[in-house]
Amino acid sequence: MRVRVEQTPLPGIGVRHDLITSSGRTVGVVSHRNGRRDLLLYDVDDPDSCLASIPLTDDEAEALADVLGASLMLGQLAGLRQQAAGLLTEQIALPAGSPFVGRRLGDTRARTRTSASIVAVLRDREVIASPGPSFQFDANDVVVAVGTREGLNGVTAILAGDTGD
Amino acid sequence: MHSTTILLIEVGALLFALGMLGRIGRRFGLSPIPLYLLAGLAFGHGGVIPLSASEEFIEVGAEIGVILLLVMLGLEYSASELVGNLRSAAPAGLIDALFNALPGAGFAFLLGWGWEAALVLAGITWVSSSGVIAKVLGDLGRLGNRETPVILSVLVIEDLAMAFYLPLVTAVLAGVGLLGGAKALAVAVLTVVAVLVVAIRYGHAISSFISVKDAEALLLSVLGLTLFVAGVAAELKVSAAVGAFLVGIALSGPVAHNATQILSPLRDLFAAVFFVFFGLSTDPAAMPPVILPALGLAVLTMLTKVLTGVLASRRAGIALPGQIRTGLALMPRGEFSIVIAGLAVASGVEPELAPLATAYVLITVVSGPMLARLPDYTWFKSMVRKRMAVQRPVGPVTAAE
Repeated sequence: MRVRVEQTPLPGIGVRHDLITSSGRTVGVVSHRNGRRDLLLYDVDDPDSCLASIPLTDDEAEALADVLGASLMLGQLAGLRQQAAGLLTEQIALPAGSPFVGRRLGDTRARTRTSASIVAVLRDREVIASPGPSFQFDANDVVVAVGTREGLNGVTAILAGDTGD
Repeated sequence: MHSTTILLIEVGALLFALGMLGRIGRRFGLSPIPLYLLAGLAFGHGGVIPLSASEEFIEVGAEIGVILLLVMLGLEYSASELVGNLRSAAPAGLIDALFNALPGAGFAFLLGWGWEAALVLAGITWVSSSGVIAKVLGDLGRLGNRETPVILSVLVIEDLAMAFYLPLVTAVLAGVGLLGGAKALAVAVLTVVAVLVVAIRYGHAISSFISVKDAEALLLSVLGLTLFVAGVAAELKVSAAVGAFLVGIALSGPVAHNATQILSPLRDLFAAVFFVFFGLSTDPAAMPPVILPALGLAVLTMLTKVLTGVLASRRAGIALPGQIRTGLALMPRGEFSIVIAGLAVASGVEPELAPLATAYVLITVVSGPMLARLPDYTWFKSMVRKRMAVQRPVGPVTAAE
């Protein structure tokens, strides 16, 4: 399961990391001393040479890493969903006018009221996994919840401050 | 006052012309080095427009140019990279030295030159141009290729070898003979080893003397230290260039990184002046008789470089296309060859050496990067694939029998 990443020093330039995917393709990254990074795709016919070398700035590399990392987490959640039929995962953005901005997760009493669980919060590109009842919400938080369709609708309603039930 | 104004006009016009040339060169994907050399030829004695007042200025600028070229080269490597690379890359470096220095020396004897000139020509044909090759690799998007570490380690070995070769040549050309040369070499070996050890152990302590925060102070202290050490090295007959190279190696971490950024524009300026100066000191009228020998030498030593690359990357387990890429990439000679030739010209060892070196570098530095592109063309790829396909069935057939 562990992926082997090979590291090769490039004297005078920086360092290269590469890995072979299970589909047999090689991808790599050259990290330059000045912070520039090149994303590399290797040729299938000639595995010694790269087909494309895409220069990335610091910010672009970070954004790409986030996209790849986040999709990994969502993929794991999707796997969970398949195991238990009828269980859904949803990302719910905390609305700006929500009464829970600045308040604690426990105050929503979401699980008690809807039987759906808040399993993670995405904040500033960071994942806060399994937040406790004392976790405090901020504006722009995105809540990841797992539950039935009804339960998730309920969580959306609670976070919007729409306490219909 | 009058001569100062003429100096300003001459230097200004020269730099502006170089800027325009560089721009034209970039459009064709050409390194600026050959253009600067040609500009020097045009402005020199017997050229189209001889310069009068600025010769002295250009001479001093050229001296600073060499020192800046070398200190920047040293800054690119850390001491641990130089030493850590040594054991695995030494055989490739040895092949490189044998295959490329010996043809140069042999060629000099063939022309009937003395052994001093042979020693110089050996160096000129030996050393590939780190600057040109690193740029070509970046331009062609080959930094991630598996053969690139092989190419870089050959360059590292060559650059390190120059730290021993330059003092030897400097001493020999100063007319001290072989014994004096050996003494200079011993001093150089001791100095280089001492600097490497100190840089690996205490590199951070040396660098912490110099503040990174103040750009002006950083510029002045690094430039000052480099010029000072280069001067002391020259005084000890170890060659100013090697002194500068060692300063570059000794500096590490954020100081090296920031110094690279600050010194780059200065290096570009004075290195251009250096190449022009080398062109200036060559009489264009001396060029035609040496063009054919230079062409022959270039073809011969470009082939030996290809062979060097093929052997070196085969050792590293790289397939045929990669081997060819390695060989072709190593072909251009540049700044170091000119530095070596410059030493010889200053000591007046062989009058035909300067025009030969100019023509030689012009040929390799123009054709090298162009030939390096060959493996990227489809017809070349399919040709290589066919060759590999022809070789491949041999295995299974014999295995079946």
